[in-house]
Amino acid sequence: MTKKLLDIEAIRRDFPILRKPLPKGLPLTYLDSGSSAQKPQCVIDKEREVYENFYANAYRGVYRFGAIVDEELEATRERIRKLINAASVDEVVFTAGTTMSLNMVASGWGRRHVKPGDEILINEMEHHANFVPWQQLAAATGATLRFIPLTDDGRLDMSRLSEVLTEKTKLLAVTGMSNVLGTINPIGELAARAHDVGAFIVIDGAQSVPHGTTDVATPGIDFLAFSSHKLYGPSGVGVLYGRKELLDETDPLLFGGHMIDRVYKDHSTWAGPPAKFEAGTIQIAQAIALGSAIDYVNAIGFDAIHAHEQQLMQHAHKRLSEIPGMRIYGPGPEHRGAIISFTIDGTHPEDLAQLLDRRGVFVRHGHHCTMPLHDLLGVSATVRTSFGVYNSQADVDALLDAIQFAREKLRVA
Amino acid sequence: MSVSFDLTIDDIYEEFEELVDWDERCDYLIDLGFDLPELPEAAKVDEHKVHGCQSNVWLVSEITPSDPPVVEFVANSDAMIVNGLIAVLMALYSGKTPREIIEVDPKVVFAKLGLERQLSPLRRNGLYSMVDRVRKLAVEAEASK
Repeated sequence: MTKKLLDIEAIRRDFPILRKPLPKGLPLTYLDSGSSAQKPQCVIDKEREVYENFYANAYRGVYRFGAIVDEELEATRERIRKLINAASVDEVVFTAGTTMSLNMVASGWGRRHVKPGDEILINEMEHHANFVPWQQLAAATGATLRFIPLTDDGRLDMSRLSEVLTEKTKLLAVTGMSNVLGTINPIGELAARAHDVGAFIVIDGAQSVPHGTTDVATPGIDFLAFSSHKLYGPSGVGVLYGRKELLDETDPLLFGGHMIDRVYKDHSTWAGPPAKFEAGTIQIAQAIALGSAIDYVNAIGFDAIHAHEQQLMQHAHKRLSEIPGMRIYGPGPEHRGAIISFTIDGTHPEDLAQLLDRRGVFVRHGHHCTMPLHDLLGVSATVRTSFGVYNSQADVDALLDAIQFAREKLRVA
Repeated sequence: MSVSFDLTIDDIYEEFEELVDWDERCDYLIDLGFDLPELPEAAKVDEHKVHGCQSNVWLVSEITPSDPPVVEFVANSDAMIVNGLIAVLMALYSGKTPREIIEVDPKVVFAKLGLERQLSPLRRNGLYSMVDRVRKLAVEAEASK
């Protein structure tokens, strides 16, 4: 490999879990960050600090701790705003995660604005979280679900976009980066093309936000959903970004405390966004600690993170390709982010994942919540490796050794 | 259905006593998996598919007309470790009378083998569904006596 982009050893020291050997002294090779990323010490410390020093409910108490919690939460909201370049903190809603965020758009905005005869445009690489809510919305509203065709190498076939993106299209929902194929989608072009026909664009940023710069302002993303836990932050928290005028016209999914303006015996009125969408007690400590995760990735820098992960993925892609019987799904390295899913002829992904685990290599297997995509690929399951900021070439070496071990055990080597 | 499968659960207990950890047990399960009697490809159809599995599992069973009748079954997976676990289930259940099958608690057996993590509804490797299917067959046979 060429020059060292990041001090990976220093980064790895920030993650306490990576310093702890597994039984038998095996080092941990964590290649499942696409599922959920490990947490740096600063995030763990922040969550603890909230509980140890100033915990109270949010947006309710005027007493000292209540005020600190509010300030900390709003400081995180501001960090998120800057992270995605939103115009206002009122456009940043704390949710339970990407799935919740996408459901909020599909139900809260979709059921109000999507009419019979409208079309909702998705594609077969989408995660079930960005697939099923639209399928349900179409069924509930009489709209039609349509699909952008995929190329043979697992990219959106932009040459055929105009066949399916038409004046009937109300909404285009697409992932920033496929959680299986690693495909990085041309969000800018898609947003511009969607807006050209008067459609809105919803981005599932669960996989893309942790790996590179996100900007909702140019060329204009209407809704964006992502999760804290894939961004080195705590689990249980996510974000829904929506343009202010769209959030104003989105109905809340949950009703209850904090989200109201005034409750009468016979009806109620809502607070403005984001409060309108934050009924009940949010994940207080977790949301605050998400702010620390954002500080952490900002300190390293998304350009450096992206460059490092891409270099690692390219290296892994090349080495994996050399394995006999290896089938890698998705496009070449130039069109993908730090995810590589594969099968090896004569072996089952479940066996591979279990045998890799015996070598301390943690990967995911299965359909990765993309059954339509696996139907298209003609396999019921794949093995997925996904990389984070803390992965190094040594992890790729460990993966290759473990695959060789598994191939021998499964008698294909 | 005539299948030669003479491994008993006692054989497996005996073997497992020699094996100190999951790594060794896993290797043994893979060996068992490779030796599992194979279902003909024609039997690997939806009708025989066991649902709730990440890997594909097909199970073919029958109650023999012998006296007493016994349940015989063969199952195959496309995952080899699951095939090894199927071998354990076959040793435990196949060729047993419905009454014998009903009286076995598979959880106790799997715990004794240190494989309890493998036999969990959360694993979704289909073992649980297989156990359910065999036990259901036994219960129905017992009820129709």
